[in-house]
Amino acid sequence: MRVNGAAESLDVEPWVSLLDALRDRLGVTGPKKGCDQGACGACTVLADGVRINACLALAVQYDGKEITTIEGLATGDDLHPLQAAFIRHDGLQCGYCTPGQICSAVAMLAEHRAGMPSAVTERSGELDEAEIRERMSGNLCRCGAYNGIVDAIKDVAGQEAR
Amino acid sequence: MDFLRPTTWEEALAAKADRPEAVPIQGGTDVMVELNFDVRRPAALLDLGQVAELRAWGMVGGFCRVGAGVPYTTIIEELGGPLPGLAQASRTVGSPQIRNRGSVGGNLGAASPAGDSHPPLLAADAVVEVESRDRGVRMVPATAFYLGVKRSALEPDELIRAVHVRPATGPQYFSKVGTRNAMVIAVCSFAIALHPGERRVGTGLGSAAPTPRRAYEAEELLARELDWQAPLDPALLRRFGELCAAAAAPIDDVRGTAAYRVHAIGVMARRTLTWAWNDHLGRRAA
Repeated sequence: MRVNGAAESLDVEPWVSLLDALRDRLGVTGPKKGCDQGACGACTVLADGVRINACLALAVQYDGKEITTIEGLATGDDLHPLQAAFIRHDGLQCGYCTPGQICSAVAMLAEHRAGMPSAVTERSGELDEAEIRERMSGNLCRCGAYNGIVDAIKDVAGQEAR
Repeated sequence: MDFLRPTTWEEALAAKADRPEAVPIQGGTDVMVELNFDVRRPAALLDLGQVAELRAWGMVGGFCRVGAGVPYTTIIEELGGPLPGLAQASRTVGSPQIRNRGSVGGNLGAASPAGDSHPPLLAADAVVEVESRDRGVRMVPATAFYLGVKRSALEPDELIRAVHVRPATGPQYFSKVGTRNAMVIAVCSFAIALHPGERRVGTGLGSAAPTPRRAYEAEELLARELDWQAPLDPALLRRFGELCAAAAAPIDDVRGTAAYRVHAIGVMARRTLTWAWNDHLGRRAA
């Protein structure tokens, strides 16, 4: 598979999760192991652009796929707009959930652009606070930095709209 | 542990026939939790992710045939028109990350009484298409599919291929109770589907009995007494809620008490019927 643009080849047992393969075999430790059962979102990565919980994915199912983690979002020293916005708006305290939050937000903005409705979408389709909170509900932050996270995402969504 | 990786449906059926103990895995959102926590160590995993046809849906004989591996995300994006109840329930499954991987086929295979797709499937008279190499296809109505807690009518050598649901002819709603809006297992859930052509209302209860089930007596009450031209009679609405609650046979567990679940089923039954009825009258007026 390709991880953050680099081809990686590895032999893993069939029960190894994508998360363990990334962290323990490839040393890509951005994705975090929080709950290991898909509830916290700290392990969120992009698989061919789609956000998934790496803990609930078998590594062998991602043979040949393109995996993007937090390590793959910046271009050299230029942070991804969401990374910069999370810093600007204090969208974190301890930072453990942040790699998952940011990967999730990248895909979330793409989903919204593609017209994907959420459980709170009625008509407008505008990315207001309720929409952001619902669409980011797969990522927990135990420090409770949600206000900053929502502000950061709103900021980037606004930049895109302009 | 062996890892079986068929690329066609025929290969998948052959693998399941030869290794009936193999655990099918599609998106992994259910099976992986058990693997990670060593709850289960299957002798073999049967990865259905390479069988492309399972992730497609289409219209077959007047039914919407949804492949067992179609992710919830696709149901939300593409099937909100024909299958509004299922699409609405899909919007509430797990989290966005889970919905990108999880599928109705997986929900059926796990047969948890708390699975979110079961109530709308019951309310809409869904039929499950299962198949084995040696005995061919069986079409199992959803009402006959759930046999017990995490037990279904699926035989060891069978795989779920698709679920067939007639496109909605009236309003459909889904409601569930949970401690928060994402990533929690439903305390209980309820689905309703109006079938105006047949002057009939379908129901589905989740997490309120050993299996997902319909509230037959409540459905019969409405079939008998509902006036399809008129506003909802409050007394009838109340009796409908009572009969739906009476159809529940829940347990006390960490997520809620049996008494709370019975109460909540009654409330959700009244609410969803009211929402659906408002739509129904609105459509007639429009």
